[in-house]
Amino acid sequence: MNTALQPPASAYFITEEKEQNERRTLAVLVDNEPGVLARVIGLFSGRGYNIESLTVTETEHEKHLSRITVVTSGTPHVLEQIKSQLARIVPVHRVVDLTTAARERGHDGPIERELALIKVQGIGEQRLEALRLADAFKAEVIDANTEHFVFQITGRVSKVDQFIAIMAPLGLVELCRTGVAALTRGKEGM
Amino acid sequence: MDTSPTQPAEQMTGAEMVVRALKDHGVTDIFGYPGGAVLPIYDALFQQDDIRHILVRHEQGAGHAAEGYARSTGKPGVMLVTSGPGATNAVTPLQDALMDSIPLVCISGQVPTTLIGTDAFQEADTVGITRPCTKHNWLVKSINDLPRILHEAFYVATSGRPGPVVVDIPKDIQFSTGTYTPPAPVEQHKSYQPKVSADIGRIQAAIELLASAKRPIIYSGGGVVNSGPEASRLLRELVELTRTPITSTLMGLGSYPASGKAWLGMLGMHGTYEANMAMHQCDVMLCIGARFDDRITGRLDAFSPGSKKIHIDIDPSSINKTVHVDLPIIGDVAQVLGEMVRLWREQTKQMDRSALSEWWRTIETWRARDCLAYRPNDNVIMPQYAIQRLHALTKDRDTYITTEVGQHQMWAAQFFGFEQPNRWMTSGGLGTMGYGLPAALGVQIAHPEALVIDIAGDASVLMTMQEISAAVQHNAPIKIFILNNQYMGMVRQWQQLLHGNRLSHSYCEAMPDFVKLAEAYGGVGIRAEKPGELDDAIAEMIAVDKPVIFDCRVANLANCFPMIPSGKAHNDMLLPDEATDEAVANAIGEKGRALV
Ligand SMILES: Cc1cc2nc3c(=O)[nH]c(=O)nc-3n(C[C@H](O)[C@H](O)[C@H](O)COP(=O)(O)OP(=O)(O)OC[C@H]3O[C@@H](n4cnc5c(N)ncnc54)[C@H](O)[C@@H]3O)c2cc1C
Ligand SMILES: Cc1ncc(C[n+]2csc(CCOP(=O)(O)OP(=O)(O)O)c2C)c(N)n1
Repeated sequence: MNTALQPPASAYFITEEKEQNERRTLAVLVDNEPGVLARVIGLFSGRGYNIESLTVTETEHEKHLSRITVVTSGTPHVLEQIKSQLARIVPVHRVVDLTTAARERGHDGPIERELALIKVQGIGEQRLEALRLADAFKAEVIDANTEHFVFQITGRVSKVDQFIAIMAPLGLVELCRTGVAALTRGKEGM
Repeated sequence: MDTSPTQPAEQMTGAEMVVRALKDHGVTDIFGYPGGAVLPIYDALFQQDDIRHILVRHEQGAGHAAEGYARSTGKPGVMLVTSGPGATNAVTPLQDALMDSIPLVCISGQVPTTLIGTDAFQEADTVGITRPCTKHNWLVKSINDLPRILHEAFYVATSGRPGPVVVDIPKDIQFSTGTYTPPAPVEQHKSYQPKVSADIGRIQAAIELLASAKRPIIYSGGGVVNSGPEASRLLRELVELTRTPITSTLMGLGSYPASGKAWLGMLGMHGTYEANMAMHQCDVMLCIGARFDDRITGRLDAFSPGSKKIHIDIDPSSINKTVHVDLPIIGDVAQVLGEMVRLWREQTKQMDRSALSEWWRTIETWRARDCLAYRPNDNVIMPQYAIQRLHALTKDRDTYITTEVGQHQMWAAQFFGFEQPNRWMTSGGLGTMGYGLPAALGVQIAHPEALVIDIAGDASVLMTMQEISAAVQHNAPIKIFILNNQYMGMVRQWQQLLHGNRLSHSYCEAMPDFVKLAEAYGGVGIRAEKPGELDDAIAEMIAVDKPVIFDCRVANLANCFPMIPSGKAHNDMLLPDEATDEAVANAIGEKGRALV
């Protein structure tokens, strides 16, 4: 038969993904109703998408709106799917790709901040060292006695990561992070 | 109806609200099965005559019946089930409806709100279980929310890309009293707003592209049926105007008539040679309400490599999901085709006639390959022949066809020519064995005078056989036409292709006597074993005004061709005349096997 053809072919052919993964921050405005978070998380797990960070709280009480910030990664093609699958969820009002929006406005990315609480145990020299470093990172002491500190640090994810890494050998006991909160720069809203 | 809020008539129980909302949404028939957590609703149903309740024998049957009802009417199907096992039995039809975009409203009972979370009797987390298999679902926590949620449920199920929804209603809410508000004349939702009308610039670009084509093809799908009869009418008009060859997915059969001049037959894995070759070689592809399923595309990197692709779809997530398209148009098929046809006429667009004639000549050479040919037999009924006779003897009637899943389903798609949309009900996306019999019940309830036939396989039909009892009870004279090959034929075919002909558990042992089975249920059993008996037996089946099981004994080892075996190219498509035992055994190489 026609050998000039590039053969199309079979069902169930699994092709390898050749595109590179990218990281994106998405803001999802949802009705604050029961189950909405389960829908969003279920979508990610059910379709095999990645969640690197997820933050959610009610942002407009009267309107019953919550804002979900998801940091995800995937190929550009998968990222487009993630956005349209999210937008398809009935209680979702809007999905905004903050990373792309920021780039379109000539910025590197959206403003992203995270808060962490970090408990460090120690005495003597170690204790002083922890305090010195906290000071350098502009972390606040929000609880302390003679044997421990609880630091609060806010900043970019990388800064929080770094601070935690430094505290590890100095008696890090426990930590809690909020996940990323993000907005685009400039006067326009989402 | 009096809508004044001061009227005491507007005060009613939750159970009464359910029944009232169904009426207000034009529902006349529902399919269900009672149980403790829905008894108040059953009590409300008992005290009225506007809504007919069809008692099924298993909740899965209720769901598929509602799907068949929906697909054959364009209206939403409604099912009513109890909590716990009632709701879990509904999961298969919900997922089926999700995959095939069928509007289905499922109302389930739930344990009283105060008992939720206590592992109460027949408690299941219904909204949790059904979240991924519905378009949306609700647990009603207050009587004040019930009317709004019921109206929203109908709106979500039927608008945009249709789909299944669940409203889970605790028993105490069904008992409690509140104020019923009727549905708004125009439904508005604060967050859910499907886009129906497409960007006119895109539509203009689409007709430009189509007019510039030398080798165009229309690839239409289930979305045309979803969009309603006007969409099919416009599709025919567009084909008429442009002489573009047209193929369709399994889900879209009937939107363009099988007797139409431009019809190439179904495409995809078991599609025709001419349809698949034309898809591969076209330069402009107009995809209308189809979703580039893997049964169509095969190897994605080699799918129709030389074409510009236009994709009309109401769901943005269908666009670029698997295949990159050049011109996406988000909107309702009827709306978009309406504009396309209007602009085409206004601007007196013309196709390139000589290129098109050349293209048609090429297609004719593919058609001449006669890819659906099979060897007739005087002694044994060939399954293809059985479908051809069934078609010939029913085509002048008001006929609706449902199917189960397997070879018989594919032969039905290949050999039964559909002339109208909404006449063909099949489980495409989920491929649910056991769909066809209850779906036929649902179709027959919607069309009491029509001839409704479930083209079945002997294995599939046993999965929901009990619904023949529901058909007998409700005087629904459905015809269950079993292509009885004693095998799970489709499974056997794959075992022959992939697993060295080791037929592991695909032979149907201990089959019932289908004629006696029909009689046991109060229906009629008919058997045909020789080709010569077939026509009379079919005529007899049609004449009987009762549910019939037709045991059509067909060639046991026939296989379904054409077929694009896994890992193979189109020009390696297995055609029936080439499918010798050896060719079948070697059809899929080592590499292809790993891909399945
Ligand atoms: C054993 C077996 C074998 C099969 N073999 C084949 C085969 O050979 N060939 C084949 O074609 N199929 C085959 N199928 C079926 C296949 O699995 C898919 O179900 C089918 O191809 C999907 O059809 P579709 O693309 O038309 O999409 P559907 O599932 O019908 O989806 C409809 C699309 O239209 C959109 N839509 C819905 N409403 C509207 C509207 N109003 N306006 C615009 N867009 C709308 C939806 O968003 C969706 O994208 C087989 C199934 C089984 C079980
Ligand atoms: C519920 C369910 N279980 C299993 C399958 C896998 N399956 C697909 S086709 C098939 C065999 C169908 O046999 P039959 O109904 O006799 O039809 P035939 O292929 O012989 O026409 C099976 C088991 C399925 N599609 N659905």
